[in-house]
Amino acid sequence: MPVNKKIRELQEKREKVLLGGGEQAIEKQKAMGKRTARERIMALLDENSFNEYDLFVEHDARDFDMDKKSLPSDGVIIGSGTIYGAPVAIFAQDFTVAGGSLGLMHSRKITKIMDHALKMRMPLIGINDSGGARIQEGVNSLAGYGEIFFRNTISSGVIPQLSVILGPCAGGAVYSPALTDFVFVVDNISKMFITGPEVIKTVLGEEISMEDLGGARVHSEVTGNAHFFAMSEEECFDQIKKLITFIPWNNSQKARAFEPGEPKPEYNINKIIPEDPTLPYDVKDVIRAIVDNSDFFEIMELYAKNIVIGFGRMGGRTTGFVANQPLEMAGVLDVDSSDKAARFIRYCDAFNIPIITLVDLPGYLPGVDQEHAGVIRHGAKVLYAYSEATVPKLTVILRKAYGGGYIAMSSRHLRADFVFAWPSAEIAVMGPEGAANIIFRKEILSSADPDGMRKQKVEEYKTKFANPYVAASRGYVDAVIEPSETRKFLMHSIEVSENKDVSMPYKKHGLPPF
Amino acid sequence: MNKNDNLGFLNIDTSLYQTRISNKFLNRKPYTPVDHKIILSFIPGTVLHILVKPGQAVAKGDDLMILDAMKMQNKLKCVMDGTVKSIAVKEGDKVSKGTVLLELE
Repeated sequence: MPVNKKIRELQEKREKVLLGGGEQAIEKQKAMGKRTARERIMALLDENSFNEYDLFVEHDARDFDMDKKSLPSDGVIIGSGTIYGAPVAIFAQDFTVAGGSLGLMHSRKITKIMDHALKMRMPLIGINDSGGARIQEGVNSLAGYGEIFFRNTISSGVIPQLSVILGPCAGGAVYSPALTDFVFVVDNISKMFITGPEVIKTVLGEEISMEDLGGARVHSEVTGNAHFFAMSEEECFDQIKKLITFIPWNNSQKARAFEPGEPKPEYNINKIIPEDPTLPYDVKDVIRAIVDNSDFFEIMELYAKNIVIGFGRMGGRTTGFVANQPLEMAGVLDVDSSDKAARFIRYCDAFNIPIITLVDLPGYLPGVDQEHAGVIRHGAKVLYAYSEATVPKLTVILRKAYGGGYIAMSSRHLRADFVFAWPSAEIAVMGPEGAANIIFRKEILSSADPDGMRKQKVEEYKTKFANPYVAASRGYVDAVIEPSETRKFLMHSIEVSENKDVSMPYKKHGLPPF
Repeated sequence: MNKNDNLGFLNIDTSLYQTRISNKFLNRKPYTPVDHKIILSFIPGTVLHILVKPGQAVAKGDDLMILDAMKMQNKLKCVMDGTVKSIAVKEGDKVSKGTVLLELE
């Protein structure tokens, strides 16, 4: 056979496989508002950067007439490419081929690209769109999932792992995304659950739609399983691309540096915070008044809104932000916000990203439901995460820092490298009202005018203790600074922390309270 | 700030903070102490057999019902000596978690 004929043979073979499940199945996919697996990869990666592997892999299952069925590429596309020049390994399940069901060879393709990503120390992106296990392949299909979960775990903290849910992801399959760093979901397209609506109806008689059980909104607002919510696949891909610019390729590198830029003047840092500590404001405005170009990339925007997490840049360098949000639930720490913050702190620590913590919280949320939901062990995660983190830790106390909340929010005592406080800071064992009621209980009760006496004592306490100077006099705060000096102090702190080196006692691993 | 809509107040250590209140907080269930006289389904399932009748005297440890759930036949045991006051379900009923099955007195 002449060479050009052989080349043509390859081209023909490729063309056949590239159609995936065929035109009918593709039409069905489009009718659901979804792109095909290959279109998704092309939309996400830099133009012409995709190298595909294992195009000709096929299953060899025999039971249930499987030997008569050919499944192109076994229902999953794998390869590598670049996003803004950064190398990424990628797999995308192809719903048009047997519903993207996971059989042995399908799973081997995924684990091949996972092994590749770990060996080459590059980020892994998984696009999930699958009906679940390929039942005909029985326990082989379960083995396939197990091999994926194992690799997700071993790669965790070494390479960034992103999961994109662009279709159903049900049963055991959900545990791969859950083990990865960031989960992206799209309204009306993503569906994640352990047991679906049909089983729930049969067993319990409870009726619920797929969307209400495990749709994108549910996982973004209620469960906290998803980190990024988008209205369309296109918006979702933009979020992924933006995230990739903020994170390093692996845990031995730092994120790429960008050209620094000043914050926009419309975020006037002197005018954001009301003086009265019981009045709300949007702490994101403070972040935007500090970061390069006022560009703050928020993570888990819709979940546990009383704490804000996300990335920004300081002098061109990626920085993680953790901030209490007085606008939502007074910025308290509770079960959900502790979970959210602790995981993000550990992410930043794993990938060499300095953490800036902005503090303004009255304490922990009171309530039977919180206590019974385990606010003790969940709250402890924040202390654990801050204490064990060895990346540069910078803290700015904006206003309230009361009691346990003060300690938890990256205090000096948990080894923050730099602690700054604004003149509006109130660093105290508790709020003035509560403190005065306890300390001056006798005076208040025995007074002829208890209310007047209470007010007087609250004022006394405020003047004496509701300020940053008591903490500053002990060196718990390194400097009391004007709001307008914040960016300057933080940039300098990050600069001098460049070569931070602390050593921890040897351990196999710690036991964080999860 | 034009984001001040839906602001309420939250009491932390006797201070009232003006802030948005989450749905989760608004919808939280008020705490009620556990009443040991009311037997609830501890798992969703199907009532397979009812082994007692209203008015029957029962002792701690007696089997009251068999609840078929998660491919297991779960025996519901009596937690105290007493009398069956009423039975709220019949055999074959599908029950969700926390459904009242039976009341003792």
